[in-house]
Amino acid sequence: MSEPRGLEDAVPDLLYGEAETELRSAVRALLEDRCGWPDVLARTETPETYDAGLWRALAADLGCAGLLIPESQGGAGASYREAAVVAEEAGRAVAPVPYLGSAVVATAALLAAEGAGRAGNEELLAGLADGTVTAALAVPFAAMPGARPEPTVRLGASPVQAEPGDGYWLSGTVTGLTDALPADVLLIPVDAVPYGLYAVRAAEPGVSLVPVVSLDMTRQLADLTLDEVPARRIASGEAAQRAVAAALTAGAAVLAAEQLGLAERCLEITVAYLKERRQFGRPVGSFQALKHRLADLWVGVTQARAAARYAAACLATDDPDVAVAVALAKAACSDIAVRAAEECVQLHGGIGFTWEHPAHLYLKRAKSSATGFGPPDRHRASLAQLVNLPGA
Amino acid sequence: MWPAVRFAERRVVNDKTLNGAARAADDLRRQVRDFLAAHPVSAEPLGFLRARFDAGLAWVHYPPGLGGQGLSRDLQPAVDSAFTAAGAPTNHPERSGIGLGMAAPTILAYGRHDQQKRWLRPLWTGEEIWCQLFSEPGAGSDLAGLATRAVRDSSGERWVVNGQKVWTSVAHLARWALLVARTDPDLPKHQGLTYFACDMTAPGVEVRPLRQLTGEAEFNEVFLTDVVIPDSDRIGAVGEGWKVATATLMNERVAIGGGALPREGGMIGSAARTWRQRPEQRTPGLHDRLLRLWADAEVARLAGVRLRQQLAAGRPGPEGSGAKLVFARLNQEISEFEVELAGPDGLRYDDWTMRRPEGANFYGRGPGYRFLRARGNSIEGGTSEILRNIIAERVLGLPPEIRVDKDVPWKDLPR
Repeated sequence: MSEPRGLEDAVPDLLYGEAETELRSAVRALLEDRCGWPDVLARTETPETYDAGLWRALAADLGCAGLLIPESQGGAGASYREAAVVAEEAGRAVAPVPYLGSAVVATAALLAAEGAGRAGNEELLAGLADGTVTAALAVPFAAMPGARPEPTVRLGASPVQAEPGDGYWLSGTVTGLTDALPADVLLIPVDAVPYGLYAVRAAEPGVSLVPVVSLDMTRQLADLTLDEVPARRIASGEAAQRAVAAALTAGAAVLAAEQLGLAERCLEITVAYLKERRQFGRPVGSFQALKHRLADLWVGVTQARAAARYAAACLATDDPDVAVAVALAKAACSDIAVRAAEECVQLHGGIGFTWEHPAHLYLKRAKSSATGFGPPDRHRASLAQLVNLPGA
Repeated sequence: MWPAVRFAERRVVNDKTLNGAARAADDLRRQVRDFLAAHPVSAEPLGFLRARFDAGLAWVHYPPGLGGQGLSRDLQPAVDSAFTAAGAPTNHPERSGIGLGMAAPTILAYGRHDQQKRWLRPLWTGEEIWCQLFSEPGAGSDLAGLATRAVRDSSGERWVVNGQKVWTSVAHLARWALLVARTDPDLPKHQGLTYFACDMTAPGVEVRPLRQLTGEAEFNEVFLTDVVIPDSDRIGAVGEGWKVATATLMNERVAIGGGALPREGGMIGSAARTWRQRPEQRTPGLHDRLLRLWADAEVARLAGVRLRQQLAAGRPGPEGSGAKLVFARLNQEISEFEVELAGPDGLRYDDWTMRRPEGANFYGRGPGYRFLRARGNSIEGGTSEILRNIIAERVLGLPPEIRVDKDVPWKDLPR
């Protein structure tokens, strides 16, 4: 339960600094060049729904995969503020890359799991940092920060342990994973005694990652089945629980930023269309009813921006208010993204309903990501305990 | 004393009308029996249906010689149920929605007798499917601004048509289309239009499926390149196209208005069923929303019942304009809610494959499909924005938006 937040001085910087702005420009330039919506649309109907080449460019060439990793471990030593800006741009382009899953969620889990199997972790972090390794946390995309994942994976252990953390095997299933299809390494929470977080190579014979026909094919889900797969323990007990919690919290916060970028893009293209489209002898945007709606949408986006920035800032400084910040951001940004995407379809009229227009890409990404890492109403419900507003 | 007298009057009138209606229904049922004696239900369906039409038992409210007997429309159910009970071949009205609901009333109201004779029987039997060529990429809400051009040739007996139509259902199956085209660009937009029946098999007609956000294509684009239409296929006078089109659209709005549903019969039923089957997905927040949606849906259902009662009593009111607005909003809110209620399952989709279904399939598919398809409910058949304008201006009588294009020659309009 947090103390009431008072004076404005206590609120961190919610603006975009110079480093963040430069990073945004670089990412936007890359995505405008290699991630146009017609290509994104076409890719959703191919077997490779994730764009490996684009991911390499973003992760390795631009160094975005290493933003959260300290310089001493091969990363850029940046923070969640920068990671959030990258996510905004990825949302804006509906980019089919596992940035959220690998560079944020899996990375956050590893960074929080300092402990068992340290040497192995260092190697993995270095691979994530330079973009040569992609990882994913094996939880359902819908998993809520703070909620304990279902015990669907069994743990076995052999008596021989060459290194600390070695010698385990895993069997079981986890369904509805996001950003898992392109992963080289899967981080698997196991609700055994003790609770543990394990790393598994995705190429192991016992690993089966089946692509799921998803509402959002730009971020295709997968169902995971493990059949006695050798696993290395990364963390156990409370450390493992903290690692998974940190990962889901980071995921929710950065996903909120992605949703903000998407909402902003929806508003942008809708405004542009309404300036051009003529019916009844005048631009459709000249009708007051529509002007008011777009004004309301803009206000919603600016409000959501403050929430997204606050969550990123709190994570960047380990602020005690982070739980409230993330709940606010995920709720506000999910709602505005869905609203903006729906308005985008509606205000484009018939053409917004067609396949060959980008509006549906935004709509599907918005609606799916609303569920990702917890839907708005569950995040608002979590505020009940955090700010002492108990239910009936 | 006064209420008693009035009640007595009403009762007398009702008895008389009831007796008359009952006698007419009996007579029709006897006609059906006589018809079935001469035409066994096991006969070849097309021949049976044509004969039924010629016997005036197709749509009894149509004129004699055109499938009817000039009777009240209320008597149709007696005829239909008699044929159904006998296991007679059906004309599959579900496949001929546009023909039966829009083309036929238009041809009846504005067609020449020879056109009615030519088109109405194969329309009713289902031999010939009809589609609608109205909307264009540049003429959606502003349909009167349409640009497809029909130019009369020097003989005066043919028109040559060029243009592009969009959002046409069953274009790929249709034999005929209801076409509105611009015949005089020098007149203001509403005045220079003419209505035609277009032969969809004519050279120059190209149909392409129009893929939608749900993955498949319920609709088509139709490209018309130097399509020749005989003047004998023109419906209504030259320049009368808007008046005829308006009549067609009035019938479309009635058709979309929808039929009777039981409680939980619509989209809310799907959400309610999911709620009952998935207790693990329930939260207090979702519960409150569900109850609110259930109440809204039930109220909307009752409002629909009231609307139909008004129409049946011959007292149509303006409330119909609100019905589609409410239908669209509720469909969208309920389907949004259902995706959330489904939790992780709401992230999945059933099938993105491109195909050409006969229509929307709200109840046979998953919540993801319903969520996406429902976005079209506030666009198709008149956007919710336009419907609000109509309510504000025509029902409430509020001063209209300034129309900048009303008296301007169409060719001078910025487009």
